[in-house]
Amino acid sequence: MKHVIPKTYKEALEHLSEGTYKVLAGGTDLMVKNRSWSETPARFKQDMLYIHNLDELRYVEDKGDHLAIGALTDYETLLRHEAVPKVLKDCLIEIAGPAIRKVGTLAGNIGNASPAADGVLLLYLLDAQLVIERKGARREALIDDVITGPGKTTLSNEEMIKEIRLPKSTFTKTQFLKVGGRKADAISKVAFAGAVRIEDGIVKDLRMAIGAVNVTVVRLREVEKLHTGETISAVQDSIVSIKNAYVPHIKPIDDQRSNRVYRKRVAFNMIEDFIMNMHIQD
Amino acid sequence: MAKVTFTLNGESITVDEPLNMRFLDILRMKLGLTGSKEGCGEGECGACAVLIDGQLVNSCLLPLGSVEGRNVMTIEGYRKTKRYKILEDAFIEEGAVQCGICTPGMVMASESLLNQNPKPSEKEIRIALAGNLCRCTGYEMIFKAVKRAAKEGEGLW
Ligand SMILES: Cc1cc2nc3c(=O)[nH]c(=O)nc-3n(C[C@H](O)[C@H](O)[C@H](O)COP(=O)(O)OP(=O)(O)OC[C@H]3O[C@@H](n4cnc5c(N)ncnc54)[C@H](O)[C@@H]3O)c2cc1C
Ligand code: FES
Ligand code: FES
Repeated sequence: MKHVIPKTYKEALEHLSEGTYKVLAGGTDLMVKNRSWSETPARFKQDMLYIHNLDELRYVEDKGDHLAIGALTDYETLLRHEAVPKVLKDCLIEIAGPAIRKVGTLAGNIGNASPAADGVLLLYLLDAQLVIERKGARREALIDDVITGPGKTTLSNEEMIKEIRLPKSTFTKTQFLKVGGRKADAISKVAFAGAVRIEDGIVKDLRMAIGAVNVTVVRLREVEKLHTGETISAVQDSIVSIKNAYVPHIKPIDDQRSNRVYRKRVAFNMIEDFIMNMHIQD
Repeated sequence: MAKVTFTLNGESITVDEPLNMRFLDILRMKLGLTGSKEGCGEGECGACAVLIDGQLVNSCLLPLGSVEGRNVMTIEGYRKTKRYKILEDAFIEEGAVQCGICTPGMVMASESLLNQNPKPSEKEIRIALAGNLCRCTGYEMIFKAVKRAAKEGEGLW
C-alpha cells in the first residue's frame, strides 16, 4: 500500500486521479476507525494521501453573498472566526474538546457521513454548497445531494471536497440542541438545529434539521416552505400537522448509544419546542 | 517508510518511519520521549496531547504523515520554559497532581489555553480542559491551578 504526503493540492488531485487513494484530513475519524494495537501503525485498507500539510486549503473568506471555507479549516479556527454564523459555532463548541477540534474538519465530517455528525447537521441547516474537484473537473452540489446514507456519499474515488460555501442568511432565532453522554466527546443520540427569520410577525424563513434519527440528516424543505409567509400563530397552530409531516422521516435505530423510543420522543420534543418558542428571543 | 521533517521542541528533526504510525508511538518508541502518555488511544482522554504550532492536538490520533513541516512541542521541551515552571508550581500548590498520568496532557492543555487567552474565565478553563480526563483529582484542583498560574505568570503569556 502506498502512503503519500502531497506537496500541493494540485499534486493531491494528481494522485487521487489514480483512483486508489483515500485522503486523511484531521484523521480524527480515520485513525479511530482503523485503529490497530497500541504501538502499531493504523491499519488502513487502501492507499493513503496525508493532506494535513496543505495549508492552501486552510482559509475562511467572506465572498459577499457567501462564506467560503477551505476544506482543511479546523473547527477551532472556525470557532474563532468572526464571520462564521453563531449557530454553527454553537454546534462546533460541543464537538469533542479543543485537541480534536484543532484538527477535525467539516470536510472530514462530510466524508465520514455519519447520520449523527453534528457539523453535517449544521451544513444542512445552512444550505451548504460543496465545491468538489478532481483532476481537470469541478462540480458544485448542495450538501443534501452529496450525502446518501451512513458512510455513503456521491464523492468518487478521484474526487475531494475543496471548499464549503455557506450562503449568507439572517435569522431572528437559531437553536442547536444535542443530546449525548459526556459533554466533551459524546456522539449525538439526537441532535436538532433550527433557524427562523421573523419579520413583522411573519415567518420569512423557517428551517429545521434533525440528526441521528434516520440514515441521513432529516430536513424537510417542503414542510418548511409550506409555512413560510404565514404568521407566527398560524405556524404554531399547525404544530400537530407539522409534527405529523415528520413522522415518516423520524426513524431512529437502537444502538449502543440509545434506543429508538427515546430518540423519537426527544426529536419530536425538539421540533415542538422550536416551533412554539420561535418568536421568543434568547 | 518515508522521511518526515518537522520541528521538535525547537530543533529540526527528520524521521524515516511509516506515515501511518501514530505520532504518539514515534515520540515514545522511536524518540524516547515518554512524557506523552497513552490513556485511551481514541482521542477521548488527552493524556497524549502535544502542541502543534502552539495548539493542543492528541498525538494518538495523529499519523506521522500529518506532522510534516509542523512545529511540535512536547512536555519534554515545554518543561524547559518559564511558563512551565509557573504551571508546575501552581499544580503542586493546588494539589492538582495525584497519580500523574493525566498531568502532562493537562499541562499542555493549560499552556494551549493561556497562550491564546492569558486571562481565562472559569468557563473558558473548563472548555479548554474538557478533552482531558483525570481519574484522581476531581478536576477542581486543576481548574484552580490554571487560574493560579494565569495570575502568578501574568505577562508571561
Ligand atoms: C473524541 C472524539 C469526539 C468526537 N466528537 C464528535 C462530535 O461531537 N460530533 C461529530 O460530529 N463528530 C465527532 N467526532 C468525529 C470527528 O472528529 C469528526 O467527524 C471530524 O469532523 C472528522 O474530520 P477529520 O478531518 O478528522 O476527518 P478524517 O478522519 O481525516 O476523514 C474522515 C473521512 O472524510 C474523508 N475526507 C476528509 N477530508 C476530505 C475532503 N477534503 N474531501 C473528501 N473527503 C474527505 C476521509 O477520506 C474520511 O473518509 C469525534 C471524534 C473523536 C475522536
Ligand atoms: S491517548 Fe490520546 S486521547 Fe487518550
Ligand atoms: S492525577 Fe491521576 S489521572 Fe489525573
